[in-house]
Amino acid sequence: MTEVPAYRRPAAGTHPPLNTPAYRSTALRHPTRPLILLPQRLTELTGPVLGETLLSPTDNDLTRQYDGEPQGQRIIVHGRVLDGDGHPVARSLIEIWQANAGGRYRHAADSWPSPLDPYFDGVGRTVTDDEGRYEFVTIKPGPYPWGNHANAWRPAHIHFSLFGRAFAQRLVTQMYFPDDPLFTHDPIFNAVPDEAARRRMVAALDMERTAPRWALAFRFDVVLRGNAATPFEEVRG
Amino acid sequence: MRLGETPSQTVGPYLTIGLAWDEGAYVVPEDTAGAVWISGTVYDGAGDTVSDALIETWQGPDVHWTRGVPGGGFAGFGRCPTDGGGRYRILTRLPEPVDGQAPHLDVSVFARGLLDRVVTRVYFPDHELANGGDPVLASVSDERRRTLLARQTPDGYAFDIRLQGADETVFFDV
Repeated sequence: MTEVPAYRRPAAGTHPPLNTPAYRSTALRHPTRPLILLPQRLTELTGPVLGETLLSPTDNDLTRQYDGEPQGQRIIVHGRVLDGDGHPVARSLIEIWQANAGGRYRHAADSWPSPLDPYFDGVGRTVTDDEGRYEFVTIKPGPYPWGNHANAWRPAHIHFSLFGRAFAQRLVTQMYFPDDPLFTHDPIFNAVPDEAARRRMVAALDMERTAPRWALAFRFDVVLRGNAATPFEEVRG
Repeated sequence: MRLGETPSQTVGPYLTIGLAWDEGAYVVPEDTAGAVWISGTVYDGAGDTVSDALIETWQGPDVHWTRGVPGGGFAGFGRCPTDGGGRYRILTRLPEPVDGQAPHLDVSVFARGLLDRVVTRVYFPDHELANGGDPVLASVSDERRRTLLARQTPDGYAFDIRLQGADETVFFDV
């Protein structure tokens, strides 16, 4: 059998444990049997090619999807998608969804007393360029209450879904904003054991990319798994 | 250069606004010869159905995939949120045996309460011989292997997913 690449398993502490009692919804939903190691083969080393054909022109500008402008603070969210070896993940679909400026999702199950915005769905898509870069224009989402514990509030966040190049690289995560005082109260953010890994979910204010008198910018780079075979390739030269 | 990976986080309860696709369940068009429905229900550890999960299927490269082009579908990839009864369904063609393995689909399950996706595989009961030689099935105990086998139904196959409990589905560390 020819040697195939494989994707490195992340360092311990990078991903949150499926059983995280502080986040109550994990109680009945986490597997209790140990996961079985699946050697990565063809199915795991390939993935769907989902590109521009899925997109329409305003998909990466969440402020221009209606005839009117949404309420709240307009922001630019941009960055690169890289693998763990620092290589760009090019031409790969990114999907985002989020609450509006008041912390309300346009979803039937979200009914807390904060108004919907008639001009904001909170849903975006884009495809990375050849250097793995992406950009969205959106509204800064608000924090919102949830039922996990008494007076629980989620820090403001944007949900990100990424495909990478292979099934093994699939990732769904959340982007947070710098210095959010709700971090210390949030069991989902704090479910990531490693502090340095937690910081990788926090975007950075980016003054250089900020559009003067128009929109603040935040930079959020996403790192998917790297290639376990890389060191051997380097040795072979 | 080595970079640390971005951690996973839950899709949360409102995933459908961002991740539901109109045609996501159709890996192949409805009139495709040999198309089968793979359908099932997702259960939690109390035996209750999970109505806010998302199922994604991937079945690897296949010379027969012609979609994923303008006006087409998803090139071997299926996606379906569960409904109010915890049910999902995907229309596809049975994969070929590949890479020394029996025909299978890789499945990701996302949901509120899942801080990372969980991954399982669907195998097919009518490929008994190939299943017998499959290295992944061989790595699973006899007692739990049946959780990876779909059941035949009039329009295809049924594959239920039990996140926790006595009949917990086998999940893999990819």
